Amino acid sequence: MNPDDLRYSREHEWVRVDGGEAVIGITSFAAGELGDIVFVELPEPGARLRQFASFGVVESVKAVSDLFAPISGEVTHVNTDLRERPELLNSDPFGGGWIAKVKLSDTAELDALLDSGAYAELTAG
Amino acid sequence: MTEAPVALRRTPLHAAHEALGARLVPYAGYEMPVQYGSIIEEHRTVRAAVGLFDLSHMGELLVTGPEALAFARYAVVSDPGALEPGQAQYSMLCAEDGGIIDDLIVYRTDEGYLIVCNAANHDAVVAHLGELRERGDFDAAVEDRSERTALIAPQGPRAAELLASLTDLDPGSLGYYHSLRGTVAGIDCLVARTGYTGEDGFELFCDARRAPALWDALLAAGAGLSIRPCGLGSRDTLRLEAGMPLYGNELDRTVNPFEANLGRVVKLEKGEFVGRAALASVQQAGPRRKLVGLVMRDNAIARHGYPVLIDGREEGVVTSGTASPTLDQRIAMAYLPAQAAAVGDEVEVVVRDRPYRAEQVKLPFYKRPRE
Repeated sequence: MNPDDLRYSREHEWVRVDGGEAVIGITSFAAGELGDIVFVELPEPGARLRQFASFGVVESVKAVSDLFAPISGEVTHVNTDLRERPELLNSDPFGGGWIAKVKLSDTAELDALLDSGAYAELTAG
Repeated sequence: MTEAPVALRRTPLHAAHEALGARLVPYAGYEMPVQYGSIIEEHRTVRAAVGLFDLSHMGELLVTGPEALAFARYAVVSDPGALEPGQAQYSMLCAEDGGIIDDLIVYRTDEGYLIVCNAANHDAVVAHLGELRERGDFDAAVEDRSERTALIAPQGPRAAELLASLTDLDPGSLGYYHSLRGTVAGIDCLVARTGYTGEDGFELFCDARRAPALWDALLAAGAGLSIRPCGLGSRDTLRLEAGMPLYGNELDRTVNPFEANLGRVVKLEKGEFVGRAALASVQQAGPRRKLVGLVMRDNAIARHGYPVLIDGREEGVVTSGTASPTLDQRIAMAYLPAQAAAVGDEVEVVVRDRPYRAEQVKLPFYKRPRE
């Protein structure tokens, strides 16, 4: 259920690297734990993310949770569909529910992330 | 997941919740289902069909004896003397200073006056009632039936239809805020037409040992009515849309009923009762702050504890807020200075250090369509 071509943080965000750019989002596990997501506060394009630092907020019906950047870099695009349809984070977290595209500042940071097997272990039981 | 530091109590339906895949969370000392699946789906099920709640954590205290009524009238701010047999009323226990100790429902039953209180306040209510009974030397007894009583609530426009399929009673003819004793699925119940969802519905009190059988029978009979088990998550969004206060959010020891728009519940003319002097002076002078409804005009959700600004100054506080599943709006309730409470006026709510516009609106946010 966690795609093999992604890297994962312990805070339940994923990264899909394509050259010097990466797409980031939250995992299906995270979306399930949050429940129905009703609001997303996105970073602005141009914002600089720092690995493992907060870069936005997701709100479920009941709770407010921080989003933590899985990698550092500059935001080039944000998924504006999420403003109108935050539920994409629940229905399609690895696809249509992507959150931002980032120009990577240090690809070595990827080594601090988990592969799908290690992430599956982290979220098991 | 970390283990809870203290042992949580379980309702008689705990095994049923686990079998249904509920997410269980600590609430008022109990391990309670917050949701079985999607809170939004559960919420919509109650608005459109029928949802089933386990409310067995709530407290049930039976007041009996020759002076049961005199004692009840002295303890609560409403007038249980106005209750016909089988009738119920929303009420509150207030302290001498008028602060709310709990909000509750008083049912006049064939056994006496049944007080149903919040689980989180159960111990405080029992202690308070015990103290009052001794102080006033009332010839009345307060029996704590909370442990032995389960409470199961089918709520929604199809709740009456559901019950009718399981009982010889005529649930449709039972008046709002009325109760009667009967059997549902062969199980003895006190059947009350009360609830906390803003929808038609019932609350069924039964012996805790029979609760699993009653729960299963209701779910089975409701299969054709699109029934869902519903958790405390949807209970909270449903009551918020209906503008109903939640103790711990809108109500607490520092709030009096007039501030919470519950002045109509207080019967000053009934004679002496706890808190009367303080409440009479609040009524005369008018409350200093008032509970208002807010709809967010900017893109943010107000939550419990967020500051409210009037003309840029922090003057109020949000008590509850969410994205309303029924209305497609972001709604909240908040306390504002009484002179600032005005439907149509704009305020700002501070969300993560930034102000967002909100408009004061009339409560409730949602009113069910009446037949």
